[in-house]
Amino acid sequence: MITENLVGEIYLVCGALLFVLGVHALVVRPHLLVKVLAVNIMGSGVFMVLLTAASGPDLIDPVPHALVITGIVVAVCASAVALALMLKVRAATGQARLPSEAPED
Amino acid sequence: MPIAGLTGGLSWAALIVIVPLVGALLTGLWPRAGGWVALVVALLTLGTTLGGALHVWWQGPEIHALGGWEAPLGIALVLDGLAAFMLLLTSVVGLFVTLYALGYVGRQERSGRFWVLWLWLWAAMNALYLSGDVFNLYVTLELVVLASVALVALASGGPALVASMRYLLLSLLGSLAYLMGVALLYGAYGALDLITLAEQVTPGHLLMMVAALMTVGLMAKTALFPLHGWLAPGHGSAPAAASPILSALVVKVSFYLMLRLWLTLFPDLATPALGVLMGGLGGAAVIWGGIMAMAADRLKPFVAYSTVAQVGYLALFFPFMLAVPGGWRAVVFFAAAHACAKATVFMAAGTLQRAAGHDRMSELADVMRGRPISSFAMGIAGAGLVGLPFTGGFIAKWLLVETAIAGDVWPWAVVVVVGGLLAGAYVFRLLGPAFLAGRGSPGRPIAGIMEWSTLGMALVSIALGFAGAASLQLLDATVTGPGGL
Repeated sequence: MITENLVGEIYLVCGALLFVLGVHALVVRPHLLVKVLAVNIMGSGVFMVLLTAASGPDLIDPVPHALVITGIVVAVCASAVALALMLKVRAATGQARLPSEAPED
Repeated sequence: MPIAGLTGGLSWAALIVIVPLVGALLTGLWPRAGGWVALVVALLTLGTTLGGALHVWWQGPEIHALGGWEAPLGIALVLDGLAAFMLLLTSVVGLFVTLYALGYVGRQERSGRFWVLWLWLWAAMNALYLSGDVFNLYVTLELVVLASVALVALASGGPALVASMRYLLLSLLGSLAYLMGVALLYGAYGALDLITLAEQVTPGHLLMMVAALMTVGLMAKTALFPLHGWLAPGHGSAPAAASPILSALVVKVSFYLMLRLWLTLFPDLATPALGVLMGGLGGAAVIWGGIMAMAADRLKPFVAYSTVAQVGYLALFFPFMLAVPGGWRAVVFFAAAHACAKATVFMAAGTLQRAAGHDRMSELADVMRGRPISSFAMGIAGAGLVGLPFTGGFIAKWLLVETAIAGDVWPWAVVVVVGGLLAGAYVFRLLGPAFLAGRGSPGRPIAGIMEWSTLGMALVSIALGFAGAASLQLLDATVTGPGGL
């Protein structure tokens, strides 16, 4: 019992940590590829937190697994759109990062 | 149980999602017929949402168990007053935008892409309004984001692509914050259905964290004051047919979700201090957006900054929700008035930009004189943004001020009035030059339907002024939590 709870708590803490790391990288790192990866790491953090909800004392709850799988599908779609957009940004502006100030004309 | 659900047949709620979804698939298969498919879809969607709204009006909220699976296991569609109102708003604005886009997108080579994305976005928005399940809400929220980012990116060119990238990253941050809230909710209560959750939630640290994550995430998507930076470049550089959709409808989607969550899950957490904080952010948005609109020198960023300002009023639902039972209804009506007016202004701005070949405000007067229909529509919508009588905007601001005074939170009435004055200043700056004597030139040729659909949208924003009482009555049929407000 105690070990199961411990595992659950480790998952919870790691999930929160990954989420925060992802937010940090998303805000701080300029390169768009790193930003897309950061979003994926945030997603992994959320999925880990969801998985702790699945571990009960006696029964394993299947619903969080379904949620995580759906979440992964959504994350893959979003990453695909983000990567495609990143390539177009690089083709148009010559660099894969966001300019600090939007040019006026 | 499943069989009873299946034999119940299709409900309005299911049809409202299915129609635009099928349309999106059809336009994907036959890009050439995209415009006509979209027009048929727009009319059918208006019909089904009208049917749904009348159903709510006569018989009250409808809960549809998809596939016959009831709430704890299945995913419910909830068609209540708030959902029906937002759906109706979406389909009215959507119909006029579709007519406008018929002229704007025309027979361009890549027009098929616009229609697919627009109908896809429409289906996603309808699904979001009807979802009664926090995880399903997340999925539909992501669908809305992906479709609207792609719509911004349709305008090729560096600024539009950079703006859509920025919009996408910020939206993903917001969605994942929301999803973290969902994960915590499920971990604590073992439920995803909004109505089930509303009966179980207890105020505490966990619920406060969930509320903070979800609210901040959705604030970023709604472009509420400190998180508004992405809106002006994004909406300003989108194609002319996409800007009205984004500014009038997509911003309201995340506002709706925020409102829905606070009405059902978090009503016990709303404290006066929080009301002051959120209302204060809204007030700051009203002032800041107004100042930036005064300073803008190009038409579309100007209109986009006006959206930043008007979104600020939406944040007033926090203090109003606390002050008066049902006080939030005034804010929802304001959202509708803003949607109609802003769609009109963006449509007219797109027409003028295409006619003049640029959108520098100082040089638009000639084209504005030469295009009286668009300028007239813009004038009506501008009056709506300011809140002058005989427009929906007037009734909306009247309701806001009335709620503020009835709830004894009159400082917010001052915010509304000052915001109206600022809006008056920037709308006059937009329209003023057109009244000066001078040469009028219609500029480059424009499809007639673009101008007439803009005028139609403007007339709807006037008609909305006569629908105030009916709207509030429809909004009364809203499913809220046990602590119902």
